[in-house]
Order: sequence, then structure tokens, then C-alpha cells
Amino acid sequence: MVRKLVAGVLLALPLVVTASSGGEHLEQANTNINSQASLQRGAQLFSNYCLSCHSASYVRYRRLADDLGLTEAQVLENLAPTTEKIDDMMVVAMLPEDAETWFGVAPPDLTLVARSRGVDWLYTFLKSFYLDDERPTGWNNVLFDNTAMPNPLWQLQGIQAAVFEERAVHASLAGSKLVYAQTEHVLSGLEIIEEGIMTEEEFDQAVNDLVTFLEYIAEPSRIKRESVGIWVLLFLAVFTLFAYFLYKDYWRDVK
Amino acid sequence: MGRPANAFSRSMGNLGQWIDDRLGVSAIWAYVMTGYYAPKNFDFWYFFGSLALLVLVSQLITGIWLAMYFKPDADLAFASVEFIMRDVEWGWLIRYMHSTGASAFFVVVYLHMFRGLLYGSYQKPRELLWVIGMLVFVALMAEAFLGYVLPWGQMSYWGAQVIISLFGAIPWVGDDLALWIRGDYVLSDVTLNRFFALHVAAMPLALIGLIFLHLMALRKVGSNNPDGIEIKELTDAEGIPLDGIPFHPYYTVKDVFGVGVFLLVAAFIVFFAPDLGGQFLEDANFEPADPLNTPDHIKPVWYFTPFYAILRAIPLKAPGVMLMGLSLVMLFLVPWLDRHPVRSMRYRGWVSKLALAAFVVSFIGLGYVGGAAGSSTLTTVARVLTVVYFGYFLGLPFYYKCEKSHPVPERVTKHG
Repeated sequence: MVRKLVAGVLLALPLVVTASSGGEHLEQANTNINSQASLQRGAQLFSNYCLSCHSASYVRYRRLADDLGLTEAQVLENLAPTTEKIDDMMVVAMLPEDAETWFGVAPPDLTLVARSRGVDWLYTFLKSFYLDDERPTGWNNVLFDNTAMPNPLWQLQGIQAAVFEERAVHASLAGSKLVYAQTEHVLSGLEIIEEGIMTEEEFDQAVNDLVTFLEYIAEPSRIKRESVGIWVLLFLAVFTLFAYFLYKDYWRDVK
Repeated sequence: MGRPANAFSRSMGNLGQWIDDRLGVSAIWAYVMTGYYAPKNFDFWYFFGSLALLVLVSQLITGIWLAMYFKPDADLAFASVEFIMRDVEWGWLIRYMHSTGASAFFVVVYLHMFRGLLYGSYQKPRELLWVIGMLVFVALMAEAFLGYVLPWGQMSYWGAQVIISLFGAIPWVGDDLALWIRGDYVLSDVTLNRFFALHVAAMPLALIGLIFLHLMALRKVGSNNPDGIEIKELTDAEGIPLDGIPFHPYYTVKDVFGVGVFLLVAAFIVFFAPDLGGQFLEDANFEPADPLNTPDHIKPVWYFTPFYAILRAIPLKAPGVMLMGLSLVMLFLVPWLDRHPVRSMRYRGWVSKLALAAFVVSFIGLGYVGGAAGSSTLTTVARVLTVVYFGYFLGLPFYYKCEKSHPVPERVTKHG
């Protein structure tokens, strides 16, 4: 039994690998967490479009004030949904049980999503929603097929629809059966069918700001880490230089 | 007066003398440092022993501070790590030093072990020194595994699931053993709590004890050297090796320089690339453990991947686990497998050199394959490399018969 199972898994491996290496093409985000302006815009977008469903429950509002160059009042007024205090975390009012009923799955906490998924993935994901009548929310995503998440930014971006093309294929995997076919209906791109508030460039910039903010909350200490790091390396370089001369001096008499 | 002044009483004055008379500090210092004569021709490869000690101390200190804030509780562990990263003053630095230190430990220890293979440092009379070192290595693997589980991220959880299940593959006792390790029928809060106890108390004590024995054995038999010559055989009238120099100050001051270079590299990683592209801190471990959601690609951290690749090279679990165990046993047996009359690779023939090179390639190759998502090509590569890995050890008794060695000099030589 076990032997058969293992053999089956081994036989299926090449197929699985071919299927999964289907090539996620990621667009490059251009983030700079040292830009307070970008962080502030991203924080505003996060608060307006993400925080109603997704929490960032390891992020404290006070920390945002410190790192984004805002006053406590500004943070509470613009970024906190309702009656939060400055030392509260960015949690969401929606109950996980409700979320599961509405979306089929509770929206994940976004504090660390930039570290687990990567900024390029997030940037591409947020730009890759399209209309799909077969999905319960009416939305699907090129990067994350059958995602439970509807497009939160559609008013900004406009509405995208999928463009399909017929492509020749040799074989594909349907369930556990190999299906041979001549052509396949393949999604080849997206097109805007209804304009949004923003132009394409403005929207790219907005998503980039949002992703920058996500990158920042994933590791708020990074700003300090890199600025301290330079001094640590400089100190160590000098230390190592002196250590080298000390070593050479001691070893003069070793023949 | 009367008693000769020593470094300890010189620097501490009368109080130092008073303590020394009752504790014998200066005698111990002389035994392990100023009176320990090491060969004067150590090269690059001899930095890594002292560096391993440095990393150990760093891990102990940063570990103590992490333990002050970490909560070994399945519901709190992940959040407590983020609390350390965000709300504890300099907590991020302590945590990155500890996580980078874990990988640095293995880098340093692998290079240290390679040095042993390169210069035949395990040959008589250093067999026990090598075996104790191997025990340190195994204890270190256990310590690293236990620690990796603690942040309770996705990879912590599923990595632990896989590794504990390996014990389950041991015939007869496997299932009971896995149950005993977990302390529960599934990986749970109970497991996390006991792993914490083992990680912060049991294994560090074992490591410190074993490293003490390792150093005592080293003091007894003395260091080998790149020429593989026994320096104790040529001594002056006072019994001091002609090619020996006191460990302190010569090697302490040299090692301080080595420490500087090492810290430059380590600090660069800590401050500018703490996850090192997902190798030191894996992407999936930034998601909290979810027993209902298996990650796409479960793999151990880089330092386990060579052994993991050997495990996966065999399609059946139990034999795979046994082969993986055997790959470690082989390392333990090296002092008795190697029959070469020449110790150092410097004076061995091309067969030995080629075999060691092939071994290094197989180890690095297995490390790569073990970390990659499985495929039939890679499984084939893993099998070939596994054969090379074991071939190196099985050939050790015979290499000298197939090659002509170079003459070994009487005295150590200075290279560069």
C-alpha cells in the first residue's frame, strides 16, 4: 500500500513539477521604505481599502506615527477605522466567523505578507484581478487563480476583463487523467473594459505605495537596521585592520 | 615574594594572588594557553575552531535574551517573536544575531570538519578528538532543529512534522518513539513546550559538556597541522616542540584578526540580508503555523539539505532514513576507514585529492538538491551524488594503494 503510494507520488512528480513551474511572471515593484511620502500614501490606501477586511495585528498605531513622520492625531484621524487608541494594534472589526461565511476563508493578517510572498508578488497580484462570472465574488486573479478575494481597488484601477486566445497544446492534466487535445482556451492578457478614477500610471504608483507600506510593516526595524548596520561595518573594518597589524607585530619573531 | 609572578596576579595584584593561591587560575591558564604549544604553520582552515567557540558564546547570550521575551505556547509563540522584532528595544538585532548565528554555526563547523578531512586530523592519536567533535556536530543538529521549531511558523511546524515522522520510520519502535518525542498524537503545544525546554537547557548543557571534552582531548593530543607532522617528536632540551609556539599570545592574537573578518561577514548578513534570500529565514516561516494548511514545498534549512537529499534519494521511507543515518555514521568512522600512511592532503597523491574533491562536490550538490523541489531529474542526480558521497568513505581504506605519495618533510613548512 505504502509502496504503491510512494511509487505513485514519484511517478506523478514530473507532472506536478511541470504544472507548477508554469512560470509565474512577476512584475517588479519599485519600493523604497525610506520614502515617508510613499509610506504615508501607502498607509492611507491600506487603511481605506485593506483594513476593513485584513488586520495587521502586530502593527501598533504609535509606531506608524513615529516611522511615517505623522502626529498621533493624524494617525488616529486618517489611518484608524473608528475609535482606536494610539497604542492599539491594527486589528479589524470583522469577526473571523463572519469573514469565513462571506468569503469562504478568513482574510489573512497582512503584517508579514510582504515577507512571506515578496513585494513583487503583491504588486503583481494587486494588478491582476479580472471579472469572472464563475467566481462567487465575480472576480478572479491571474496570479492567484480562484482567489477568494474580490478586487479591492477596482474603483481606482477600473474593471479588467480577461482576453483569451486559442493555443496549441500537446497534453494536459485534468484531475488524474491525461487529456490529449489540439488547442486550449488560454488566458493571454487583461484589458480595461471600464475606466477607473486613476490612469494606468497613477494606479501603478498607488499599488507601489501600498506595497511599500506592506514591506515596511513586515519589518519596521529595517529602516534602523540598515542605518545602524553601516556604522557597525565601519567599526568592524577598523577593528579588523588594527587586529591585523597587532597579529603581524606579534608574529614578527616567528620564523 | 617567593612565588613567581604570573599574568593573573600581575593584572589583579594582591587579590589576584590570593585567589590564585586558592583556585589555581594561573596554572589552568598556563595549561590551556601559554603552555600549550601549537604548530606554527596553521593556515586559513585553522580559524574555524575558535570561530565556532565565538558563535557558541554569541548563541548562548542572544538565546538567554530571547528567552526573556519568547513564549513557548502554540497560541503565543509566533506573536511573541514579532513582539521581540517590533516592541523590544534592539530585539530585532538579538533575534537576527541568533538566527544568523545558527546558520553561521554550521558554516563554521562544516569548514572545521573539512579541515579535518583535508589534513588527516582524525588519524591516530586524534581519533577520539574527531569522534567527540562528531558528537558535537550531532548535538548541534538537534539543537538547531529544536530551535527552528520555536517561532512556530509554517516551516517550523511542517519541517518538524517531517523530521519527527522520520523517527517513526525506525522499525518496531518508530511509532512509539515519534509519539514520545511529540508528547502528543499530533505536533502540538505540548511539543513546542518540551522543545523549548530541550533547546534552552538540555542541548546547550550537552553541547558545552561535549565541547569541553573536545578541547580537553585537543590539549592532550595537540593540534595537527597542514603538513600533518607530529611536532611533539622534535623538541628542544626543555621538551618544547621546535615547530611549536605558545597558543597565547600567538594564536589568540591571530584568531582575534580572524574574528574581525568573520564578524564583518556576519554583521553584513545581520544588518543587510538577515533572511539571506530565504536561506537563513525562510519565506514560509513568516506565516503562523497552520496544521490544516500544508505549504507547497516543505524543505529543511540549508544546513540539513545534504542529508535530506540522501533521505529522498531512496523512494522508501525506512531505508531512506537508515541511509541518512548511515551518512552520519560514515563520518564517525573516518579515523578507522582511512589507512593512508600520509596524513595531510599536501603530500598525498592525486587519487586521494580527487576523492576528497568529489566528496565536496557531492556534499554541496546534495545540499542543492535537498533544498530544491523534487523532480525525477533531481532524484537521479541525488542518487548519483549519494553514491559519490558513500564512495568517498568506502574508498578511504584503499586510496593509498592506488597512488604515489610525496615525501613528507621533517619540519613544518611555511606557505605564504
